[in-house]
Amino acid sequence: MPPGKEKRDMEILKLEHLAWDLPDGAGIIKDIDLSLESGKLIVVTGPNGGGKTTLAKLIAGIETPSSGRLFFEGEEITGLDVSERAKRGIAYAFQQPVRFKGLTVRDLLELASGRALDDAHLCDLLGKVGLCANEYVDRELNASLSGGESKRIEIASVLARRAKLSIFDEPEAGIDLWSFARLVETFQEVRRQKAGTLLIISHQERILSIADEIVVIADGVVRSAGPREELLPTLLADEKSPRCPLGKESARI
Amino acid sequence: MNKITESLLRVVSGFGGTFKGAYNVREDGECAGRQSSENIKIESKKEGPGLVIHVRPGTKGETVYIPACVTHGGVDDLVYNDFYIGEDADVLVVAGCGVHNDESTEARHNGIHRFFLEKGARVLYREKHIGTGTGKGAKRIDPVTDITMAENSYLEMDTVQISGVDSTMRRTTATLAAGARLVVRERLMTTGTEWARSDFDVTLEGEDSGVDLISRSVARGRSRQEFNSCLRGKNRCSGHSECDAILAESGSVVASPSLEAAHVDAALIHEAAIGKIAGEQILKLRTLGLTREEAEERIIQGFLK
Repeated sequence: MPPGKEKRDMEILKLEHLAWDLPDGAGIIKDIDLSLESGKLIVVTGPNGGGKTTLAKLIAGIETPSSGRLFFEGEEITGLDVSERAKRGIAYAFQQPVRFKGLTVRDLLELASGRALDDAHLCDLLGKVGLCANEYVDRELNASLSGGESKRIEIASVLARRAKLSIFDEPEAGIDLWSFARLVETFQEVRRQKAGTLLIISHQERILSIADEIVVIADGVVRSAGPREELLPTLLADEKSPRCPLGKESARI
Repeated sequence: MNKITESLLRVVSGFGGTFKGAYNVREDGECAGRQSSENIKIESKKEGPGLVIHVRPGTKGETVYIPACVTHGGVDDLVYNDFYIGEDADVLVVAGCGVHNDESTEARHNGIHRFFLEKGARVLYREKHIGTGTGKGAKRIDPVTDITMAENSYLEMDTVQISGVDSTMRRTTATLAAGARLVVRERLMTTGTEWARSDFDVTLEGEDSGVDLISRSVARGRSRQEFNSCLRGKNRCSGHSECDAILAESGSVVASPSLEAAHVDAALIHEAAIGKIAGEQILKLRTLGLTREEAEERIIQGFLK
């Protein structure tokens, strides 16, 4: 921790007893306590159906918690909707990119950045996800784009926001190996430049291996959380069934 | 021309105080200004209201403006304009229409445009319609476009109606010879209790002729829209029509596409989709900081762009 900094100043996000239930009462997120430190690259991993995407949506304001509270930079945001959270600095990249008829790549990136972008900026943004701006800026975000292209543009739209907290839900899905390698570099660059906190949901070892911290979520609870050096060897030791500490714990990372 | 006409012309034809090239401005059923150019001749019809426009063969890069405005109630303007586009000419035709009504009686413009394209001719046809004014009298625009296309000619029709027209009946027919290609882009928005109907009937007579018809519309308030299209393939040809409509509030849209193929190599496709703005689209833009209302407006704006 930098000298003179209180621990709470470093905390960008705090979840207190967060829970989310299906209408039939089944718990998807169960009483999660979690604290994320600013400027870190945090990877959330765990088995399919464990609640990772739901947790990300609760943070972004896309879903409303059944109970519990969220704090962003010390301010409670539980009652804020998705637009208000976005304005405060939370960005979210969808796992399945949204298609629009009539909206171009340029339109989306300009909406995301909140200003008109010149060709150099567009080129820089799309280059971060392995796309050439000349070929894409004027294309519509419709079905003419492949799944991988749409996904990379979705990620670029979040990078364009330069948000305090950027959430990426399985950014590797549908992306070719070369673009994925470029994306990993981009995540590392964001961290190096201290350009925001990254919360990445991923199963990819390549992503896990660049994490500062890892959070393992299964059955709606935090199974384990801590520095990559501590958790990754354990996770890799049993790829088929990640060996996680049993029971819920409150995690500060 | 009066101030209302000037204001309408700015919207429908990009008027900036003067037109460069050939033009004819129609105001409340009368000619308010005309100019021919060396290659584009505009003359009055002898047998009734309207114009005959001749574009000399080989004319390239010129524009002809044929806007029409109705500026008050009690006007029922009917005009027949015929465009003869010479062989290998390549021109832009701007034919917007604005209707303004501050009165209680109806104001209407009914423009019947016929296009005759010679071999290899190319036309970009822009048609923008708008209604303004606060009177209780209805504002109506009922355009008819009949297109006859010779071998290897090309016409692109860009037609827009964004607001203020209480009632519109838009009818477009086309017949294409061999190698001819027609592209139609329609964008339409209705609000309040407005009503709009678009009929397209395209006959692909010639071998390797083709049509691409895309209609995008938004029906808001309690407005109603009807879309009817018929592509008739009578030879080896390709035809694609697409009707996409967004419903907001209590708007309604009826889409009735039809395809008629009378040749084994006629490849005809129709796509239609009607529904409200997808929730995921609104959500995506909200994650960028837009409110729900801002997101909806932005999506509609892009959809109709």
